[in-house]
Amino acid sequence: MVIDKVKKVNEKEEKRVKNEKASDMMIGKWVKCDNCKEILYKDDLHQNLSVCPNCGKHFRLSSRRRIKQIADEGTFKEIGGDIVTKDPLNFKGYMKKVEMLKEKTKIEEAVKCGICEIEGEKTVLAVMDGNFLMGSMGSAVGERITLAIETAAKKKLPLVIFCVSGGARMQEGMISLMQMAKTSSALTKLDKAGQLYISVLTDPTTGGVTASFASLGDIILAEPHALIGFAGPRVIEQTINQKLPEGFQRSEFLLEHGFIDKIVERKDMKSTIAKLIRLHKA
Amino acid sequence: MAKITAWDRVMLARKMDRPKALDYINGLFDDFIELHGDRNFGDDKAIVGGIATFEGMPVTVIGEQKGKKAKENMERNFGMPNPEGYRKALRLMKQAEKFNRPIITFIDTPGAYPGMGAEERGQGEAIARNLFEMSKLEVPIICVVIGEGSSGGALAIAVGDRIAMLENAVYSILSPEGFASILYKDSSKAKEAAGDMKATAKDLKDFGIIDKIIKEPEGGAQEDIEMVLKELKSYIKKSLKELSTLSKKELVENRYEKFRTMC
Repeated sequence: MVIDKVKKVNEKEEKRVKNEKASDMMIGKWVKCDNCKEILYKDDLHQNLSVCPNCGKHFRLSSRRRIKQIADEGTFKEIGGDIVTKDPLNFKGYMKKVEMLKEKTKIEEAVKCGICEIEGEKTVLAVMDGNFLMGSMGSAVGERITLAIETAAKKKLPLVIFCVSGGARMQEGMISLMQMAKTSSALTKLDKAGQLYISVLTDPTTGGVTASFASLGDIILAEPHALIGFAGPRVIEQTINQKLPEGFQRSEFLLEHGFIDKIVERKDMKSTIAKLIRLHKA
Repeated sequence: MAKITAWDRVMLARKMDRPKALDYINGLFDDFIELHGDRNFGDDKAIVGGIATFEGMPVTVIGEQKGKKAKENMERNFGMPNPEGYRKALRLMKQAEKFNRPIITFIDTPGAYPGMGAEERGQGEAIARNLFEMSKLEVPIICVVIGEGSSGGALAIAVGDRIAMLENAVYSILSPEGFASILYKDSSKAKEAAGDMKATAKDLKDFGIIDKIIKEPEGGAQEDIEMVLKELKSYIKKSLKELSTLSKKELVENRYEKFRTMC
């Protein structure tokens, strides 16, 4: 049956399948899983929470789909949506690229924050989006996250952050680096307020985000097989001049080394988070 | 004299004979006793730390230490700390808090070490933990960027109440080479990147990311370290005096606001 489906994909698109490596590269109504190579009907894939029904590979999610999966329907109210990208270095081509991405992705920045309900539990939820400059953290992302943290501290609500990021946003230079300090110190306020912070690491979480709020959860969850680390695999390979072993810096590796609490499959994510929140209710 | 470009400063900041953290520690403080280890894994020689006195007052000092000769540089891992280095720094900072000693840190690193062991032992977590803990320490923290301050590896000991930077030091999101390779897809454009990154002391003072530029003699700090020490000493003295008037609560609240509003 799969063979029949493949035949329907025209030649040009078939070529694209071969050429494109990215797992979420959509070809019309079809997508190829880059793990098991199965050709999947896009609607089926989305019905299955963007997890390959054949091999269980967790495809990357947009913030929109993630929020839909985690927040109770119709409860998500955005906060900080008016905080937009700045260009402190006057970096050539940066704003143009941002405008183009806004148009293409229909989102304003690499994180969306809000207050919502998760199985009826009122929660501050921040969801990063890898489609927007690899989920990199510049001033807008840092400010939105900080606002989310401060809101949780002030309103005495639990906080859940879904991380996906290539790290600090290069185009904003040192302003981006300082977001690491800003978000981390905001978490001291939440800590003092005695509120729960659940950090969820998804593929990929690296660089300045790993080295700040992503690693500071009271409880740190991860999706299966997500790449999680400080330095990127290529940088490490260049430094040590050898290939990294299979599975290095994946969720399972981090669990083994004691840096995350639990690996949770997408189908269980919402109920796990809701359960954890209920367990922390006074 | 020709104008010093950002790239010139990068070169000056990396000079092998430029004064390193221990030169400043020995020049500014008395009675330095180095303390070792993170009580968990090991002792990272890329970060030095201990107790000393500053004009008679006990202080905790911490610095990222590069070598001045090839062999020492190897031993110091070129000033690139592993997680245990950051955890040692944190241990000493918490100790400083317990005994109510101000903390002075010296930043000089090409970045946190991107090795396999560093990842296995949680480089990201170690840096994150320092940012979190430093922002709530109830003692004054003064940070001085003396050479290269590259990336999260620098920031991990640079969350302070006062941040000074030597005139030719560079404090950046990553090395100009890395920046060029990511954004221009060409690492040979590092010279151009050095300027575009806006990572000199003057740039960062304009952004409000640092508080003070410490002048260097022509040709760099190694030409006359006494001159640099003199200005640094008076800056630390003045800063400690200002900070000592604040209550613990005010100190932490001001530090929070400093980072909250700078970016």
